[in-house]
Amino acid sequence: MPRPLHLGVALDGAGWHPQAWRTSDLAAGELFTAAYWTRLARRADEARLDLLTIEDAFAQQTAAPFTPDDRRDQVRGRLDAGIIASFLAPLTRSIGLVPTLSTTHSEPFHLATAVQTLDYASRGRAGWRPKVSADPREARQFGRRDIPAPDFARFQDPTNPLLLELFGEAAEVIEAGRQLWDSWQDDAIIRDVATGRFIDRDRVHRIGFEGEHFSVESASIMPRSPQGQPLVTVLAHARIPYELAAGGADVVYVTPHDEADAVRILGEVREAERAVGRADRIHLDRPLEVWADAVVLLDDSVDAARAALAELEQFDGAAFTSDALIHAGTAESLAEQLLAWQRLGYDGVRLRPARLPADLDRIADDLVPLLRDAGVLDRPDATTLRGRLGLSRPASRYATDHSSPELEEQSA
Amino acid sequence: MTAERRQVHLAAHFPGVNSTTVWSDPTAQSQVEFSSFEHFARTAERGFFDYLFLAEGLRLREHRGEIHDLDVVGRPNTLGILAAVAAVTRHIGVVGTLSSTFNEPAELARQLATLDHLSGGRAGWNVVTSSDAFHGGNFRRGGFLPHPERYERASEFVALAKKLWDSWDDDAVLGDAAAGEFLRAGAVHDVRHRGKHFDVDARSTVPRSPQGRPIIVQAGDSPDGRDFAAEHAEVIFSRHAEFDDGRRFYSDVKGRLAGRGRSEDSLLILPAVSFVLGDSPADAEEKAREISLQQISKPTAITFLEQVWNRDLSAYDADGPLPEVDPDPGEQITRGWARAFEENQAKIAAWRAKADAEKLSIRQLVIAVANRHGFVGTAAHVASEIDRYVQNRASDGFVVVGHLTPHGLDEFADAVIPELQERGVYRTEYAEGATLRENLGLPAPHRLTDQIGATA
Repeated sequence: MPRPLHLGVALDGAGWHPQAWRTSDLAAGELFTAAYWTRLARRADEARLDLLTIEDAFAQQTAAPFTPDDRRDQVRGRLDAGIIASFLAPLTRSIGLVPTLSTTHSEPFHLATAVQTLDYASRGRAGWRPKVSADPREARQFGRRDIPAPDFARFQDPTNPLLLELFGEAAEVIEAGRQLWDSWQDDAIIRDVATGRFIDRDRVHRIGFEGEHFSVESASIMPRSPQGQPLVTVLAHARIPYELAAGGADVVYVTPHDEADAVRILGEVREAERAVGRADRIHLDRPLEVWADAVVLLDDSVDAARAALAELEQFDGAAFTSDALIHAGTAESLAEQLLAWQRLGYDGVRLRPARLPADLDRIADDLVPLLRDAGVLDRPDATTLRGRLGLSRPASRYATDHSSPELEEQSA
Repeated sequence: MTAERRQVHLAAHFPGVNSTTVWSDPTAQSQVEFSSFEHFARTAERGFFDYLFLAEGLRLREHRGEIHDLDVVGRPNTLGILAAVAAVTRHIGVVGTLSSTFNEPAELARQLATLDHLSGGRAGWNVVTSSDAFHGGNFRRGGFLPHPERYERASEFVALAKKLWDSWDDDAVLGDAAAGEFLRAGAVHDVRHRGKHFDVDARSTVPRSPQGRPIIVQAGDSPDGRDFAAEHAEVIFSRHAEFDDGRRFYSDVKGRLAGRGRSEDSLLILPAVSFVLGDSPADAEEKAREISLQQISKPTAITFLEQVWNRDLSAYDADGPLPEVDPDPGEQITRGWARAFEENQAKIAAWRAKADAEKLSIRQLVIAVANRHGFVGTAAHVASEIDRYVQNRASDGFVVVGHLTPHGLDEFADAVIPELQERGVYRTEYAEGATLRENLGLPAPHRLTDQIGATA
């Protein structure tokens, strides 16, 4: 039987092309409604995709990264991804829900409990995409810290001090979150009427997290959630973010543009795992799942897809560019691409529909059956997101296991 | 006649993390599983409540240096659970307690506006002003805010949030595909704020929400808190549930409104109240006694005294007499409670006198002084009391606190609501598509336009 290929979809606005709203049947204002998000999530859920991610940022979209503009022809405005994900939890059945949440400006404690709450509300389908907010406009919305204008020439530079600071903080946010998620042992709630105790407080642990950027003293306010450790996923394009993923995430989304690129990136991810000592980290004993990202625009023929893309580009007055590969073609040509990545060692793909809901519909109606026929969509019989991806449910790091003195030491 | 009667407003308080909530009852279920929230919210909606109300936890409470283990412990992230509740309800408001100290306006305003969009105009925010180092220990800046500045920050926080909520014109999303105009020209306004607590430049990412702004609720009771309420609040979650005291509070706060150009009906006062229903008055009294014994277990009674005495009293028997030792004036041994435990010699002396006179044990005394139930009686009696408070301006309604998760509201919805409807003081259906503000009968907010500038 072939290895599974995990399949996610990245939701954002009217799709990843900024002019997609102009070719949609929906009114622009519908992007900000419950009906729209429910429709997208249910479509992805019914197609049995493994997860959906929701993009987010505190600042408005721009045509070019980090370059403020006053354009009104592209989609502007977004709802908060964390709130959307929680709203979708009771409205979906099997799909993982993975909001983008900022590690730079949000409170680590709120993030950790928000993800746990999502895990409860979805009955074990929560994940998150921690995201560094490097845009100075976002910092100005908070007014708490200065973030200088980005130096594009140094975005790949592994010694870039700003990136080292922001990603170092992100690593701490993930680590503090994982500790909070473990802070209640699974058996902490005892409801012992005889002694009047609701919890056994020896099984609830103050984490006492002390980082360079912040500290968190106490335990989570939430009992341990259905997955114990909700799924952590990171989008990464360079050495510093690869190491963030290797040191704290379960899944990394990467952006190969061709086969050589795909091979090179996979090698860099594995190297980053060695560099951070992933194998020795709590709850990270498995190698990172490596997923390739691609923007997809699908039609009945390659020519029709290219024509649709050309129309969007004409609306925009610019060629469409992306950090990820742009695949304008058919479901068949996309399936070939995805299976080629899988043969190179990739574990999954995250598809970014250029147009919503059109390209999500194509994924559900056309791509999923092709991948099913290829035998790569078989999943374990599991109700949680971790379970779907073949990840076990780890015991709390604080759980007392007398056969494992190492673990006891860590809980002291 | 009935048309002239003042209408009752009700909020449903999800059972909290305190000794009111009985977890030891055989019917009590999880305080964190979503099914509990769903059941409670659906029951409240079945009873045509105005909104579901959630308290907030930012740190597990501690007593004598350890996590307090006698009450229900653990609760969800407020915003996350409200969003999920909004998805399984259609009419009822979703109102949560959120700190203005351990959040930032840009983020919280955005989250609340999102909740308002997704719920179709049902969001509300109970603004609280925690500032202590105990809670701060879980947050980036610790207990950074001097106590006197907490309302100052809260007020500036809400003022900035309002600018953000008001910064998109109602019709800003144009969506003219042919003309290529997603946004209408000049319809999104940049927010610039320079204040003592916030220095912010922002272009909001969220279109103006169905209510314009979420409902602002406030619970503080100090003079600062009352002024804050008069300035910003649309609902006060009040502690003044005794009839005469309620009337005094009602007239005090409503009297502050005119000076701020607000009408009396632009602010609702809803005291928190618990209830015990019975088939007869005697039956209800008997149930109230049983519930009190569930709420105040022997260890809980000792803990309560320890909080007031501020010292270890674990050697005492809850069924025995009050301790003879004096309270310890040292550093507080209990942290994270919503109410303060001020050491109070006079109060302790009065309790001793009461316990002596009535021959009360520790547990009996704690039940007598700290565990009063709100309305106790038949459904008809409880409905008539609620009606009496509202008609006589002791309140505009109540925040009803159930003591069981998730069934604490079932009886109330089944028995008291029909009695209120019978009296002509309570809705018999929701207006289709009404926002929370419309259900509460509150005026639409006056949109700020002068403090924000136009975009290009």
